[in-house]
Amino acid sequence: MTLEKYILAVITTNPKKVPGGTGVFFCDSKEEMETFAANLEAILDGIAHGLSEELYVIVKH
Amino acid sequence: MNEYTLPIVFGLLAGTISRLFMLRTDYRQYPTYLHGKIIHIALGFIAAGLGAVAGPSILEEEFTAVTFLTIAASQFREVRNMERNTLTELDHYELVTRGKTYIEGIAVAFESRNYLVIFTSLISTLGYLIFNVWMGIILAILCMVLSKVLMAGGKLKDIVEIEYFEPRFEGAGLYVDNIYIMNIGLPERQKEVLKYGMGFILKPKTFNARSTIANLGQRQAVLHDVSTALGVYRDSGTPALVPLAKRDLDDGRVGVFVLPQERDIERAIKVIGQVPTLENAIRMPTEKGGNKK
Repeated sequence: MTLEKYILAVITTNPKKVPGGTGVFFCDSKEEMETFAANLEAILDGIAHGLSEELYVIVKH
Repeated sequence: MNEYTLPIVFGLLAGTISRLFMLRTDYRQYPTYLHGKIIHIALGFIAAGLGAVAGPSILEEEFTAVTFLTIAASQFREVRNMERNTLTELDHYELVTRGKTYIEGIAVAFESRNYLVIFTSLISTLGYLIFNVWMGIILAILCMVLSKVLMAGGKLKDIVEIEYFEPRFEGAGLYVDNIYIMNIGLPERQKEVLKYGMGFILKPKTFNARSTIANLGQRQAVLHDVSTALGVYRDSGTPALVPLAKRDLDDGRVGVFVLPQERDIERAIKVIGQVPTLENAIRMPTEKGGNKK
């Protein structure tokens, strides 16, 4: 089965924003968040989309 | 040898030459491989044979013999299937896919070329038989020119104006002019995209063109052709670096975002202009009665 338009992971510095239900990575700083997003993008073959300054989602297209 | 041998051989040659004439490897790079070419030349030869013997059979009043042309029709439908299947299979491994509409267009072209070959050899054999060899040659050349004209088809530059725009970011959103392309979150990726990315706006010249370039297959054809001609900055597992074409819903303009290896604006505009308008994408809403032009 192939996934389409599916949120694979959420990376955030603000725990309040994310209710769960998917892989969530809490980061301490914006830099750490960007590193996580870059790595997860490569690992999961998805695109890191920025929803706000403190929240990235990795989406499979 | 009888009176028909030479005319049939002549028709056979004329047909095969016209097939060779239509089989050229251009920037679309298809068919490049030798075996693919041999298949098409062989099928062209068979088509030429069918066309060449149809003339004598009419002159001999063997009218039932002409019915074998129906076999030709089903035979060449197979050519279309073969092309479609091959290209669809290969498309999975392209960095920027051709898209189904483009593939269908190529498959239809391959089928119709064989019919043009039948037509060419039929006419040139008849010309030879009824008049003489010189008339045959003249008719064969005329048919080849006609085939060339019939196979040419429209180009995108006839229906749209192409303009270059530097892609830009608003927050995480990537824009070409005012058309939203996609959301790229990582600053690192954004830098890459700005460094390699190029944006073009296709502005339709007519109302009909607006519907034609809205077709997703037509847009994919543009992306594929640009990526073939200028290379593509992309690899498997980097879905963020994907060329995309999005539409402005207000006025039907299409924003094309590509990541070529070679950033040459002039050439890119030329390549986009040379993209064929796909038969299956052409829409003519103004032909519908009651619509204003």
